[in-house]
Amino acid sequence: MKNQVNKTFWILFFILPGLLIVTIFIIAPLFMSMFNSMYSWVSIDRDRWVGFENFVKIFTKYPYQDRFFNAIGNNVQWFMTTMFVQNTIGLLFGYLLFKRIYGSEIFQRVFFIPVLFSVVAVGFLWGLYLNPNMGVVNRLLNDMGLGQWAMAWLGDEKLATPSIIAVNIWRWVGFPTLVFYAGFNSVPMETVEAAYIDGVGEWRLFWKIMFPLIMPAVTIITVLTLIGSLNVFEQVYTMAGLDGGPFYSTDTLGTLFYRTAFGGIDTGLPEIGIGSAIGVVIYVLTFGISAFSIVALRKREVEL
Amino acid sequence: MKKNLVICLLVLMAGSMVFAGGSSESDAKEESSSKVELNFWSWRTEDVDIYNELIDIFEAKNPGIEVNFTAYKNTEYNTILSAAIKGGSGPDIIHLRTYGSLETLAKPGYLMPLEDKVPELSGFGETVLLGATSASDGEIYGVPFASQTLVIYYNKAIYAELGLEVPETWDEFLDNLDAVKAAGYTGLANGGKDGWTLEILQGVICPNFYGANDFFNEVVAGDTDFTDDRYRGSLEKLLELRPYMPDNFMGIAYTDMQMLFINEMAAHFIGGSWEAGYFGKENTALDFDVFAGPVAKKGDTRYVSSFADSSFGMSADTQNSKEATAFLRFMASTEAGQFLTDKLTMKSDAPGVVFSDPFLGRVGDLNENNTPYIMLVGFRYDKPTGSELLQSLLQGMMADSINSTEVVSQVQEGVSSWYKPFQD
Repeated sequence: MKNQVNKTFWILFFILPGLLIVTIFIIAPLFMSMFNSMYSWVSIDRDRWVGFENFVKIFTKYPYQDRFFNAIGNNVQWFMTTMFVQNTIGLLFGYLLFKRIYGSEIFQRVFFIPVLFSVVAVGFLWGLYLNPNMGVVNRLLNDMGLGQWAMAWLGDEKLATPSIIAVNIWRWVGFPTLVFYAGFNSVPMETVEAAYIDGVGEWRLFWKIMFPLIMPAVTIITVLTLIGSLNVFEQVYTMAGLDGGPFYSTDTLGTLFYRTAFGGIDTGLPEIGIGSAIGVVIYVLTFGISAFSIVALRKREVEL
Repeated sequence: MKKNLVICLLVLMAGSMVFAGGSSESDAKEESSSKVELNFWSWRTEDVDIYNELIDIFEAKNPGIEVNFTAYKNTEYNTILSAAIKGGSGPDIIHLRTYGSLETLAKPGYLMPLEDKVPELSGFGETVLLGATSASDGEIYGVPFASQTLVIYYNKAIYAELGLEVPETWDEFLDNLDAVKAAGYTGLANGGKDGWTLEILQGVICPNFYGANDFFNEVVAGDTDFTDDRYRGSLEKLLELRPYMPDNFMGIAYTDMQMLFINEMAAHFIGGSWEAGYFGKENTALDFDVFAGPVAKKGDTRYVSSFADSSFGMSADTQNSKEATAFLRFMASTEAGQFLTDKLTMKSDAPGVVFSDPFLGRVGDLNENNTPYIMLVGFRYDKPTGSELLQSLLQGMMADSINSTEVVSQVQEGVSSWYKPFQD
């Protein structure tokens, strides 16, 4: 009996501090922003209850509607590009490391180093590298005789988002690499050996045996990519600024939310009601899509 | 052993909380018994020393009042200030932004009207006071600090080298740009990555083509709107400047622009009068001067856009309104204005201030014909603000994604969603 009480005490002792922090900083703000999104605001004062008016505005009124769907479009671009480019490279790197290619010991560490860098530092430095006139990227292109390829990477509407995504892939590709590598390593060696003995080629081995067995890793990476893509903020903020410029081409739900709720630096006024509503939409989207994808992907996971 | 450690940690945690809460309160009480303490918040982290020097002058004259100056990071100031005021821990004296941004605090009643408290306000110019006046109730909430003027900087050494003269008309300006470009310099340092620098470009070039104050007064009154051909046509002028901007100018950010002009790689820089201090500090050998935006034909009146930069206000729920009033009256005095003008190379609006600095003298001369910086003065009172719309739309126009007709029609659509005179 005493033991039982003791155990409960210790469980509570270890959980409470964390729970307290999560409640204060995550759960309470979540409900507060739901509450705030139902009100109209006079600058920083809550005014009157308006129900879902703020949500209606986001979806139907100029310029909120245009900005919102434009931002979602960019988030989708983030997800697609990250999913197909970053995670494919991650899968390839993971497999090569698993295959113990020459130098894999070193690459295993090298791939992961950028993951440890701060987003802000990476964004700032790459912002300098991509500077149209002084950046190393354009310098290199000019020196290689490819001057016509030197572009305003972050200033061109068509290139800005892909450029920022490319930088983010550079920073983050080590993470899926590591997860897939761990996944491949957990595949029982007997299975692989048995396949080899049966004369299965490398290609079929990968797609028919290895890939299905690492589905749990694929699920995790897909869900994390989804969440990450819906919450993109720091990368855009550091490289393109709060306005999602040029001409909203890098705007994401994150920057749109921040700009709306707190006001741009010197152009905007805070619109906390509509900002909160955007926050709630981001939450609902993230939660809904993640839950759906977990359920959908779990079905494809196989067990030996 | 383990238990002892846990208890120790708990005691430490609890103890630190008590002390953290307790110490600051007792400090505040102790000092307030002998002196009245005023808290003064600003975003001018660069000028902390200068403000403290000014506060020393005030404190020497007003024993018994102590002013604590705190500066927060420019980009976070609004958020920190709003949160503190809402939480009841805001400062007594507030460095206020102007026009629409003033409304954030003035409209919900967080600020004290000053007209009957600070008689010195009657000595300030009318246009300057407008920046510290709330549009919602017409009350003055701040002692104006400085006004800014939008101008074209030019490199005098390059002008001398190529034998150029300060242009008056648009064609002369373009000729000069051609000449410096032919000599291998970048004509104009401006770029388009930061939308607000394009709004400034508009503020310098367009007024002399849209008809300055006439158009401004008409559009503010709702007699015309932004789709007016005078305004649309003036935006077209900006497109003519593109060939003289740096390569890939859409990727050129504000700091790149400054760098190009400071290092004498570009002959012109279109920007605000606040740049001068920084230019001079970064390159002491840089020989520069300013001129106003060029006009269509010789002899036309040449306007510059100007606006009130910031003001000093008082919190509505300060406990020490008498002392705060004394401080604000001091800030409105010629002495304080002169001090800030000399130390900050800013054009203070306080009555009686003399501009000993030749640059400020020049800017003062240019201000003889001034016109309000259109979006800031007229259309930043609600969302979407004219500025936020224009800044991004101009990026689109400069990159040829949209044309000037689309720019003006979208500005009009956005602003008319809240601007009453456009709705009737």
